[in-house]
Amino acid sequence: MINSSLKTLAQMLANKEISSVELTQTFLNRIDAFNPEINAYIALDHDRTLAQAKTADARIAAGNATPLTGIPVAQKDIFCAQGWKTTCGSKMLENFIAPYDAHVITQFNNAGAVNLGKTNMDEFAMGSSNETSYFGGVKNPWDFSRVPGGSSGGSAAAVAARLCAAATGTDTGGSIRQPASLCGFTGLKPTYGVVSRYGMIAFASSLDQAGPMAKSAEDCALMMNVMAGFDERDSTSLNRDKEDYTRELYNSNPNKPLQGLRVGLPKEFFADGLDAGVAKVIEDAITEYQKLGAEIVEISLPNTGLSIPVYYVLAPAEASSNLSRYDGVRYGHRASEYTDLMDMYCKSRAEGFGAEVKRRILIGTYVLSAGYYDAYYLKAQQIRRLIAQDFEEAFKKCDVIMGPAAPSTAFKAGEKVDDPVAMYLQDIYTISTNLAGLPGMSVPAGFATSTDGKPLPVGLQIIGNYFDEARMLNVAHQYQQVTDWHAQAPTLDKPEGTA
Amino acid sequence: MALSTEDIKKIAHLARIEVSDSDAAATLSKLTGILGLIEQMQAVNTDGIVPMSHSQDVVQRLRDDVVTKTNLREAFQKISPAIGNGSEERAVDGGLYLVPKVIE
Repeated sequence: MINSSLKTLAQMLANKEISSVELTQTFLNRIDAFNPEINAYIALDHDRTLAQAKTADARIAAGNATPLTGIPVAQKDIFCAQGWKTTCGSKMLENFIAPYDAHVITQFNNAGAVNLGKTNMDEFAMGSSNETSYFGGVKNPWDFSRVPGGSSGGSAAAVAARLCAAATGTDTGGSIRQPASLCGFTGLKPTYGVVSRYGMIAFASSLDQAGPMAKSAEDCALMMNVMAGFDERDSTSLNRDKEDYTRELYNSNPNKPLQGLRVGLPKEFFADGLDAGVAKVIEDAITEYQKLGAEIVEISLPNTGLSIPVYYVLAPAEASSNLSRYDGVRYGHRASEYTDLMDMYCKSRAEGFGAEVKRRILIGTYVLSAGYYDAYYLKAQQIRRLIAQDFEEAFKKCDVIMGPAAPSTAFKAGEKVDDPVAMYLQDIYTISTNLAGLPGMSVPAGFATSTDGKPLPVGLQIIGNYFDEARMLNVAHQYQQVTDWHAQAPTLDKPEGTA
Repeated sequence: MALSTEDIKKIAHLARIEVSDSDAAATLSKLTGILGLIEQMQAVNTDGIVPMSHSQDVVQRLRDDVVTKTNLREAFQKISPAIGNGSEERAVDGGLYLVPKVIE
C-alpha cells in the first residue's frame, strides 16, 4: 500500500478496500518508526491528522470525493497551515503557529486531502543539502550518511522513505528537482506564477515556486490539478484557465508514444563538472527516449555558467528585503537582553537566523547598497534576460530539453557545509529555469555507484516551454511506462523494538 | 572588490545583524569566495539589454478598493509573544499589544 500510486489509493478508498483513517494510520506508524532517525518531519499532530482522515471518509461515503480525498500528503514547513507550527526551518519562527492557510494548503483541504505533518527544510529554503535547518539535518533514506538534497529535503526523504503518499515542495533554484534527483522520485517545478505563493513564506519572490513531489509523473499530474490555479491574493499569480494536467498522459500511440518529439540536449549540461556515473545514466535514459520515438537535437544554452553568479546576486537581494520583517517586533524571535531599539533588532536577528541565512542577507544588503546596485543587481537582471533568451532560441529547435538534474549523486553530510561556493554549484543545471521562469522536473533514471560502492539514485531533468507542464508530464509518464526506476524504494530496517 | 572586516561590520549594521569580531573574520572569507563567483558577471557585455524582473510579460493587477479580509484580531493576538521572564501569558492588554520599552 505504501508503494501504491495516488490513483490506486483513490480506487482503494472508493471501493471501501481501505478507509482514509486506516491509510493515514499506516503512514503515521511508519513516521513513528523511522522519523526519529530520518528527521523528515518537524511538526506532527496525530489527532488533528486522523480527524481530517475521518472527515475524508465521511466525504467519500457521501459520494463527494475528489481524486485526492483521503490521501495523506506531507506539507513543506514553508506553507502556513492554520493551527500548525510553521517555522520555515528557522529558530526565528520556532514558536510561530500560523493563523491562516496558504493557498496551497487551502487547495489540498478543499480536495479532502489529509495533512500528515510539516516537513523539515533548509532554513528559509536556503540550501542544497538540508543541513541548514535549525531543527537538524535530514538523512537520505538510500544512505543515512548522505544528504537528501535541499531545500525541500524533508519532503524528499518523506516521499523516498514512503512516509507519505506524496508531498509538496518549493523550488527557488532547484529545491524540488535536486532533492528529487538525490532521493529518486519525481518532482516538478511549474512555470512561475502557475501556483499561488500566498501564505508561502517568501525567500526570493521572483523565483520561488511551489510544486509536487511524488512517486511518478502521473501522481505529480494529480497533485498539480489541486495545487495550480489563479489566486487573486498573489499579485504574481497568472490568470489562466484551470487545466487538467493528466490530459496528455493517456493519449499516446502505444508503439511509438513519443514519435515526433524533439528533445534538445544542451552541450553545456554535459561538460566538465558532471560526474561520469551520472552522465552514463542520463545517456542511457536518452537512448530509451529514442526508442520511444523521440528525435535528439543538439542545442546550446551559452549562458548556463552565468546562472549561478546571477542567482547569487538576485536571490540574496530579494531575501535581504523579504527577511527584513523578522526584527523581533513585527515577526520572529526577540532577544531577551538589549540596550536600545537598534540593539534589540541586531541581537534578535543575530540570534534568530542561522549562518547561511545571515550570509545571504549580507550579500543581498551589499549588492543593493548605494554604489553597487548597477554593478551587481542591475547587471544580474540584464544577464537574466540573456539566459531567458537562450531558452527562447533553444525552444525554436526542440520541444523539451533534457539533461542531468544534479551534477552528482547524494554527497556525504558535512562534505560541502564549509564551502558555500561548492554547495551552490549543486544547482548548476536547475537555476537557469528559475531565472527564466520555465517549468522543469526531475525523473528517476537509474543509479550510479559512489566511490564507496553504494548505488545511489540519479535524476533526469526535463525542461519545458512556458505552461508546457502537461506535455512534460506525459514525456515523463511514457518513460515510466517502459522503465521501473521510479518504482524503486530504499529498504529501511525497522528500528529495534518496533513490530 | 576586496572586502575588509570593517566592511563586513558596516554591511551587517545596515542589515541589522550583530556580528562579533570573530564572526566578521569568518564571514569575510566566505563572502570573499562568493563575491569572487559573482564577479564573473562583469565580463559580460550587457549594453542595451533590458533588465528582467519578471518572467512573464505582465502588468500589475489591480482590484476594486473594497475590504476582502475578515478581521482576525483575536486570532493574531492569541499568537502574540509571551510576556517573558518565565511567564507564558500573552503580551496583550485590553486588545493592545505590549512591546518592550525602547524609548530612552
